[in-house]
Formats: sequence, structure tokens, C-alpha cells
Amino acid sequence: MPKPQNFYLINRLLKKTKAMEEKMLSIFQKARWSPYAVGTGIGLLSWVTFALMNKALGVSTTFVRTAGMVEGLVSEDHIRSNAYFVKYLGTLEGPYPVFEWQFALVVMLVLGAFCASWLSSTRLSETVPDIWKVRFGPSKGVRFAGAFLAGIIVMFGARLAGGCTSGHGISGSLQLAVSSWIFFLCLFAAGIVTAWLLYGKGGKNNV
Amino acid sequence: MFEHFFANPATILMGGIIGFLFGFLLQKGGVTRYNVIVGQFMLKDFTVLKIMLTAVMVGSVGIYGMRALGFDIALHVKTTALLGNALGGLIFGAGMAVLGYCPGTAVAAMGEGSRHAIAGVFGMIVGAGLFAEVYPWIKSHILSVGNFGKVTFVDLTGLSPWLFIAGLWVAGIFGLVSLERWEKNNQS
Repeated sequence: MPKPQNFYLINRLLKKTKAMEEKMLSIFQKARWSPYAVGTGIGLLSWVTFALMNKALGVSTTFVRTAGMVEGLVSEDHIRSNAYFVKYLGTLEGPYPVFEWQFALVVMLVLGAFCASWLSSTRLSETVPDIWKVRFGPSKGVRFAGAFLAGIIVMFGARLAGGCTSGHGISGSLQLAVSSWIFFLCLFAAGIVTAWLLYGKGGKNNV
Repeated sequence: MFEHFFANPATILMGGIIGFLFGFLLQKGGVTRYNVIVGQFMLKDFTVLKIMLTAVMVGSVGIYGMRALGFDIALHVKTTALLGNALGGLIFGAGMAVLGYCPGTAVAAMGEGSRHAIAGVFGMIVGAGLFAEVYPWIKSHILSVGNFGKVTFVDLTGLSPWLFIAGLWVAGIFGLVSLERWEKNNQS
């Protein structure tokens, strides 16, 4: 039979654990985290990919593999003779896997973002962003066509530069790679000019 | 191609865990939202820059720190081809301002429920295919211009990486503190 003062201690400990649990839960329920916390988290993830997987955190190569897979379904000879697809998917005699670690990473991005938004009940079902509506009207078709074309441009640029915001912007810059810092600066310069051309001075009030 | 469709399960599992955490962080950071990305380019919302700069600062200390401590950690540097990197960055940035996402955040935005991000992701798959088709021409005409190979600033200058990392941290902290102060003053 524990002494009464021990009961008190156990009770206090239980209360403390419960408070901590609630605090943890409330962190996940928060809609937004500090950008510095998120940046630190992504920085730590890069440690893990370098140290445990001997890889750099990246995303856009998976789109090459996906495109290669789709084209390969039509004609495998075609992708096995294309120098760019051969780089990432190998040859007929020595094929590389399509669904490798980065492919899994990209697929799981969806679930990670789903869970994060679900926990904070901040899920969206956005079809046309507000600022786009002000500038280009509420048409879904126009926005979807715009997003599709812009998607083509984004990925073409990423492959031309050799990576995207993750592979170049974060993983490359943190390795002090020359290519990545050039990419980083050009990305921001072109992004700023394009956004201002698109939305102008008034756009600032609608963001 | 489908006999060798999957890599080994351990690397897929690790990639999946990292992807889950990455997607979780991107959503909690708010960068899966069109307004936040466009807001960055309109110089109104600096979330994107804050996240990227912090990640690069933390990442660089870890990677070069582990190497200095004697861990066997290889670098994965992408080729410096001045014209390709610059032109690619410009095209990418212009497209990103219209799309409102980069590849990673577009996929994460789908998870958050943004429907138009799906159109963007389909576009990206097409873009990757297009690039592969014109790659031979690009390789000989663009990627050969200013090609220095896989170089870092350390290779280029022969200086210690810690000089650059220290510079990055000093500039980063000074810049971010100034930014926070400026944002506070402009709020009211």
C-alpha cells in the first residue's frame, strides 16, 4: 500500500503526462506552424536522406520516371533509345526500377499533406484561387488550362536546370553547389517579375 | 520494364516515410497554398523564403558537420552548366508564379485538396516527357555552355566550407531578424 504522499506524486505525474499529451495534440491541430520550425524540420530530413540513404532530397526526377513509364506503355523501344530516359530508367538489358525511393517519397507527399490538413481541419477543395479569380475570372476551365500549361513550363525548367525547389533549392544550396545557387536566384527573379506582370500592384491586396 | 518495376522494399519504405514527413511539413508550413507562393513573389508573404533559408542553414551544418566528424557522407551535387541552370531557373520561376506551386508543393497541395494542383501535376508529367524528347538538342546546345561539372563553392575557391556556412548563418540570421522587424512595423 503506497503512502499518501506517493499517491500525490503519482497523481501529479499523471496530470503532467496528460497535459503534455494535450499539448502534443494541440500542436498537430494547429493550422500553421512557424516557418522556422518547418524549415528546421526539412533541414533535419535532409540530414536523414544524406546519412541513411546516401541520397539528396528531391522530387522532380520522379516526373521523368512517370513520363517514361507512360511513354513506355505505348512503346518501350522508344524510351529505351531516348538518352534522357535511359539515364533514369536504364536500357532494355539493364532496366532501373521505376518505383524507387523518390517515387515513394512523392506518392507519400500526398498522404503527409492530407494528414496534416485533416488533423487541423483545414482541408481545401480549391478549384480557382481567389487572386486568380480577380484577375482571370471564376472559370474552372481557364484555371485548369493555365495550371496545366504552367505545369509543363515548371517541369521543363526544372529538368533544364537539373532540379526543382527541393533538389536544387534546398538540397543543392545546402551543399553549397554553384548550380543550385544560380537556380535559386534565377527562380526568385523570374517569379517576382512574372507575378507582378500577372497581378500588378493591385494584386498585392488580393493575396 | 515491369519485371523491374519496384526497387527493394527497404528503400521504398524509407522514401515513403521521408515523403510523408516532408508533405506534413509543407502543409503545416502553408506552402501548399497558392496565395502563400504567389504572395512570396509579390513580396508580401515571405513564408517560402523563411522556410527555404532555414532548411538550407540547418541542412548545411548537418551535412558538412557529419563529414567533418568523420562520417562517410557523400555529396550529391548537380552539374553546373551556367546557361542551363540560369535559363532553367528563369523558366521554372515564371511557371511557378502562374501555377502557384513547385513540383513538391503541387503534389502536397493535391493531398490538402486543391483540385487545380492536379492539372498542374499532369502538366508536369507532360513537361518531363517533352524535355526528354528534346534532350539531345539541349545537351549539345545548352548544357555544354559554361559547363564546370559538379562543383561547389568550396571546389571553386579552395576555401573551407565553414567560411561559407558561417557567412550563410550570419547573413541568414541578420536577414531574417530584419525581415521579422520590417513585417512587424508594416503590419499596423
